[in-house]
Amino acid sequence: MNRAQKNRLKDKVFKGLGITATFLGIVILAIFIGFILYQGMERISWEFVMSLPSRFAEQSGIYTAWMGTVWVLVCTTLISFPLGVGAGIYLEEYGKKNWWNTFLEINISNLAGVPSVIYGLLGLGVFVRMMKMGNSILAGSLTLSLLILPVIIVSTREALRAVPSTIKEASVAMGASKWQTIWHQILPASFGGILTGVILALSRAVGETAPLIVVGALVYVPFAPTSPLDEFTVLPVQIFNWVTRPQQEFVINAAAGIIVLLGITFVMNGIAVYLRNKWQSKMNW
Amino acid sequence: MESDSQSSNPKTTQVETKPKLNSKHQSYKLQAQNVDVFYEDFQAINNISLGIVENSITAFIGPSGCGKSTFLRLFNRMNDYIDGFSMNGNILMDGKDIYDESVNVEELRKIVGMVFQKPNPFPKSIYENVAYGLRIQGIKDEEYIENRVIESLKQSTLYSEVEDNLDKMALSLSGGQQQRLCIARALAVKPTVLLMDEPTSALDPISSGKIEDLIHELKEDYTIVIVTHNMQQAGRVSDNTAFLYMGNLVEYGDTQKIFTNPEKDRTQNYITGRFG
Repeated sequence: MNRAQKNRLKDKVFKGLGITATFLGIVILAIFIGFILYQGMERISWEFVMSLPSRFAEQSGIYTAWMGTVWVLVCTTLISFPLGVGAGIYLEEYGKKNWWNTFLEINISNLAGVPSVIYGLLGLGVFVRMMKMGNSILAGSLTLSLLILPVIIVSTREALRAVPSTIKEASVAMGASKWQTIWHQILPASFGGILTGVILALSRAVGETAPLIVVGALVYVPFAPTSPLDEFTVLPVQIFNWVTRPQQEFVINAAAGIIVLLGITFVMNGIAVYLRNKWQSKMNW
Repeated sequence: MESDSQSSNPKTTQVETKPKLNSKHQSYKLQAQNVDVFYEDFQAINNISLGIVENSITAFIGPSGCGKSTFLRLFNRMNDYIDGFSMNGNILMDGKDIYDESVNVEELRKIVGMVFQKPNPFPKSIYENVAYGLRIQGIKDEEYIENRVIESLKQSTLYSEVEDNLDKMALSLSGGQQQRLCIARALAVKPTVLLMDEPTSALDPISSGKIEDLIHELKEDYTIVIVTHNMQQAGRVSDNTAFLYMGNLVEYGDTQKIFTNPEKDRTQNYITGRFG
């Protein structure tokens, strides 16, 4: 075999490996989803979605769980969006290159890699106990906000950096102040990217279980929450609870719950992709 | 380097920087006094002094990296945000130091407009691009804004081409149209000085020609400073020309004289294309 043939062979082998790796992931995911659908689809009904949890698997529903998830999601958005975007704007547009900002940047990147259960413990110590919020939606949302803040900050900075400096220069040269330039030019141009990052971070928060269990999301809540200070449960915690039961009926409930949870995250990711494409075609310089 | 005579060595050159003032104007509109500029340790401008007469067109020429853009950006303080920038000396406008602490940079930039090398319209409509400067000043009077937009577009000779679709995205215009839009945008806030940083270098010859004609017309009302790489352009449009080389002002004076009978060999060599 000469060198050209060898190289071509290597090329083929690598291509094969790549295709296998890609398909392995997709196939395993497809098997998993197929299995879940097969198991849980029979339980999916309006009744299942609107029923309170119960000792009897057939009467049990996810009403309190998805209501809790919606409450936590809304509160987490309200807390993490302004904080994360604000921090991103500061670091990217106002922060000068000095040791302090470098220190902040390195630590934010590090925070993104901290295991979520550690955030749960932090939330338990600070929000639940020290600030006496109890096992409330607020405490859970604050904890999840801490968890996704680094992700939002990093994606905000990336979106801001994608705005061409010529636009900033043009605005500043017109006599616009820094804030006017950010508000009128940089934010509108980067908003799609920022929103995409926020939604992806939130869709991660929706699936988080460990920190919420630590903070005290209850496995059995007989009423849907009506205020941020109420006790709560969320879909992943409810699923976790059902999976640990010995009865087969509850496992079916868990599968049905997973279908709903997957549906929510797919929809959120879909919105993120849609927004990104829409903004990209609009901001075409 | 070897071909240069002793007299044009940039380190030792002292340049006579006094183009004749017309009797109408008793002082310079813009004046640089012993200006040094540093980026960290690198000296980009070396002790330059020159005066720019009101309602004239002054061209800065010189090879890439000679400091002409840096020098231009001193007049609207666009270098302020560059990391490591520092300067000595004074830049005066109407006799007042624009780097004085009492000067509001935003106010300064409203009277010193700028046009950039690459057309850089905002990703907004044509109308909103021109209205931008007025809106950020807090002007709410829509009728006034509309008048200014139309007037500025007429002044920059773009109006006839876009009058039917002012709501169209500015980015859909051609390069030359975009640049004239950027000029209109700068004019809308009624500046007195217009700085142009190689405004035609990204454009085709026909668009460049239009912009040059426009610059000629604008001279009536504005003091224009233009940086250009294009010798013919400097010769065609400007009244005075400054030749910069490696951060030094080699020669400054009447354009006709610089192009026909320069005092320095280095200027002669650059203009005739022997280097640069």
